[in-house]
Amino acid sequence: MVSRTHRSPFADWWWTVDRWLLGGLGVLMVVGVVLTMAASPPVAERLGLSTFHFVHRQVLFLGLSAVLLIVTSFLSPRHVRRAALLAFLIGMALVAAGLLFGQEVKGSRRWILGIQPSEFVKPCFVVLAAWAFAEGGRRRGEVPGNVLALLLLPATIVPLILQPDFGQTMLISLVWATLFFMAGLHWFWVAGIGGVGAVGALLAYELVPHVRARILQFIDSVNGTGTGDRFQVDTALDSIVAGGWFGKGPGEGTLKRVLPDAHTDFTFAVTGEEFGILACIGVMLLFGFIVLRGLLLSARNEDPFCRFTAAGLVMLFGLQSLINMAVNLQLMPAKGMTLPFISYGGSSVISLALGMGFLVAVTRKRPRAALDAPLAPAQAASA
Amino acid sequence: MSSQAIHDDSTAAAPDVARVPSQIGEPAPRRRSLPRLLGAFLRDVFRTRLDKSRARIRVVAFGFAAIYCVVGGRLIQLGMRPDTPDTFKHVAAEAAAAARPDIIDRNGEILATDIRVMSIFAEPKRIIDKDEAVELLTAVLPDVNARELRDRLSSRKGFAWVKRGVTPKEQEEVFRLGLPGVGFLPEDKRVYPNGPIAAHVLGLTNVDNAGIAGIEKYIDDQGLGALHGAGFNLSAADMKPVRLSLDLKVTYALRDELLQGIAKYKANAAAGAILDVNTGEVIALASLPDYDPNTAAAEALDKDHINRLTVGVYEMGSTFKAISLAMALDSNKVTLNSRIDARGTLRYGRFTIHDYEAKSRVLTVPEVFTFSSNIGAARMALMVGVEAHKAFLRKMGQLDRMRTELPESAEPLYPRNWGELNTMTIAFGHGIAVAPLQAAMAVGALMNGGLMINPTFLPRTAEEARANAPRVIRAETSEEMRYLMRLNAEKGTAQKANIPGYFVGGKTGTAEKVMFGHYQRHKLFTTFMAIVPADKPRYLFLTTYDEPKGLPETGGFATAAWNSGVVTGKIIERVGPLLGMAPRIDLPEQPFPLVAKLGIGITR
Repeated sequence: MVSRTHRSPFADWWWTVDRWLLGGLGVLMVVGVVLTMAASPPVAERLGLSTFHFVHRQVLFLGLSAVLLIVTSFLSPRHVRRAALLAFLIGMALVAAGLLFGQEVKGSRRWILGIQPSEFVKPCFVVLAAWAFAEGGRRRGEVPGNVLALLLLPATIVPLILQPDFGQTMLISLVWATLFFMAGLHWFWVAGIGGVGAVGALLAYELVPHVRARILQFIDSVNGTGTGDRFQVDTALDSIVAGGWFGKGPGEGTLKRVLPDAHTDFTFAVTGEEFGILACIGVMLLFGFIVLRGLLLSARNEDPFCRFTAAGLVMLFGLQSLINMAVNLQLMPAKGMTLPFISYGGSSVISLALGMGFLVAVTRKRPRAALDAPLAPAQAASA
Repeated sequence: MSSQAIHDDSTAAAPDVARVPSQIGEPAPRRRSLPRLLGAFLRDVFRTRLDKSRARIRVVAFGFAAIYCVVGGRLIQLGMRPDTPDTFKHVAAEAAAAARPDIIDRNGEILATDIRVMSIFAEPKRIIDKDEAVELLTAVLPDVNARELRDRLSSRKGFAWVKRGVTPKEQEEVFRLGLPGVGFLPEDKRVYPNGPIAAHVLGLTNVDNAGIAGIEKYIDDQGLGALHGAGFNLSAADMKPVRLSLDLKVTYALRDELLQGIAKYKANAAAGAILDVNTGEVIALASLPDYDPNTAAAEALDKDHINRLTVGVYEMGSTFKAISLAMALDSNKVTLNSRIDARGTLRYGRFTIHDYEAKSRVLTVPEVFTFSSNIGAARMALMVGVEAHKAFLRKMGQLDRMRTELPESAEPLYPRNWGELNTMTIAFGHGIAVAPLQAAMAVGALMNGGLMINPTFLPRTAEEARANAPRVIRAETSEEMRYLMRLNAEKGTAQKANIPGYFVGGKTGTAEKVMFGHYQRHKLFTTFMAIVPADKPRYLFLTTYDEPKGLPETGGFATAAWNSGVVTGKIIERVGPLLGMAPRIDLPEQPFPLVAKLGIGITR
């Protein structure tokens, strides 16, 4: 059906793409639809919308995102860079516009024109940072990549802090720092500054009461409500425990009726109540599979840019999933973080599709010579 | 050459480049100066090394795997955790009212029992819309306070009561509301089928079915409370009923007669008891006004509703003369043939003691009793002396708090500095205030042959009672006292209670109430004690009235004989058959053999 010998663009794509990764993402999207059907109807009813309002919209978003993912995955690394740069600039412009003109929702200015531009900025930022680190790692690079990478972080997170959006800031900073580490940062910095900084911060948090209070207060204030979130987190844990190993059965959950964010940040808890802890473990394993597969693929990749881009995008995806699950399981304080492809949210799903499209694109098997082909006219000769 | 090739070279070459300086400096490795080393270090530090990235990606992958394992471990840990509904059930079981044993009277009639009722509770965490829930619940249960309910539902507890003990109709209506997070729990509710009958003995339970007064509290203190506290879920069927010494029918009759008396004499209050003098068992007890223990506890806590026989302390008046005479007789200071000067008045300092019906002559000892002579009683107490008087009263249990099964009790009031004047007044029942049941206990000891038997509300045999009852007077003195009581019923102030066929003996007592620091001539507290029958003492009847009024048919008199005495007579007449005492047509031939030897005997 798809010929190996006859190299149509599609055949080319089909034989080079990593089908395990693609398959994993496909399964995740289907699971996402099922879980949205479980978690969102009570919220829709509470908001006075039709029962399947969120389900319909989520199916629409997931359909669009599947198309976007496939289309993006056709891009060559070079086009990935260009697309990311373009989307990043538009995204940052919209973030700035949102800060200036957007209306305040739940205490922050994240929304403009019905979308959350910071969501789109995330994967583009990762691609650009990976590019900069890849360039910076070259001995005789024409571009001062590391300097660019150092400048890119504050340029991106300052507007996010202004919004304020603590969760995204933290996520982006973590991915950036890990990319820096992967790029071969000297252990002096990793252990020295990172270690001293971490130990110092920990000591300050543990030993100096007002530092601790400040941090807690900051986290609380950024999250919006103090005690309200506690309620949500407690209820989420209760619902997982109530579900037991096998869950109460689809539609049988009751605690989801009192969870305000059952359809977004706490879908994992609803999964626990209705489908059981075993299903939660299954979802976790699916995320774990995608993340580890993506990281190992990136480690095998010959091209530094592709390697860093793949690793960065997978980390973005993986950290987001881990933070969400950890919050649901009360392993860490509440953060507004969605579970990729499973939580409801248009901007989130489309942005994830963009990021995963980039990921599939850069992890496609390429002969070493084919990499960066358009940049090198002498490619044939060298190959 | 492609940029890729350049790039690959550069990465591959990087370590070699780093080694170059050392190769150059090989001939004289020791000449590598510190600044050069530092320079190499700094160059190294401000550089990223792409050749390391693969290994580092694997490190990161390992880190991710580890964190996913932590999440998985946490999920497994949560799976091992016991389900919340269990903990909820535990809370509910603790909150629900505990079962109590039935309380029955001496004949097995039910005095208190448990019934199953439904209570409505809420799990605040599961309630979706608190405002809606409060609105709907208060619409169906109008007596639930909306604000309090909202507060309860807003708490962070897993469990809150909405309303305890609802009717089946209310339960049905709340059920139809279909509110998630609102449920029903069967509970035990205490019911007293006889209403106010014996209410003061039975006491009360609170909404959690814990005893808070009377025998109910006594049952909890005996270990029921500890059992419930330890988490034993006892059902009423598991527990043996608690049998009391009370007789339900006799108690009803007693209360009924007292109530009629209150209406007739327009008294403030009344109280009565029937005591088995040989066992100490309280056969009947009533204190009016009383309350219905089935209704709100607030009513029971009204200070008007105290148990006037155990919690109230009163000056018992002339009833105390029985104790004074017994003391004088028992100490051999006087005999029934002695004569006491009761002429004029008895002066002590600036105080003067009068007799109510002054005879102004020398009285015999029996006359002191039947005329109820204050002067006579005071003189006899003086003969015994202050210290002996005090010691005797302490022996008779009049100076210490009387303890029964009822947790409610009162300390008697008496002067700390007890002089001759005090002994004189206390001899005729003024200047000391005791609980009426306490006085009855003493009189019972004077009647039963001289044994001090503590009253009890639980069944007891005469043998058990005697086992730890100290002798307080000689048996002969007791017989003399019975003779005096009988004589008083025949010829003295107790004639109103002399019901034919029962061989009643009795003593009146009238005390002026102390108000605003003075005795009030027209505010009386009247007492009557009767022993039935006087020859073979069995039951002691105690009747008290608080501020009875004089009536035209009593000639305007409000002293004890005219109210307490009359009512006691009616009670004896009514409950005698219930107590298994048939009226005797023939009176005993020789009721008081020892007294007869003194040559006075009783006339028929």
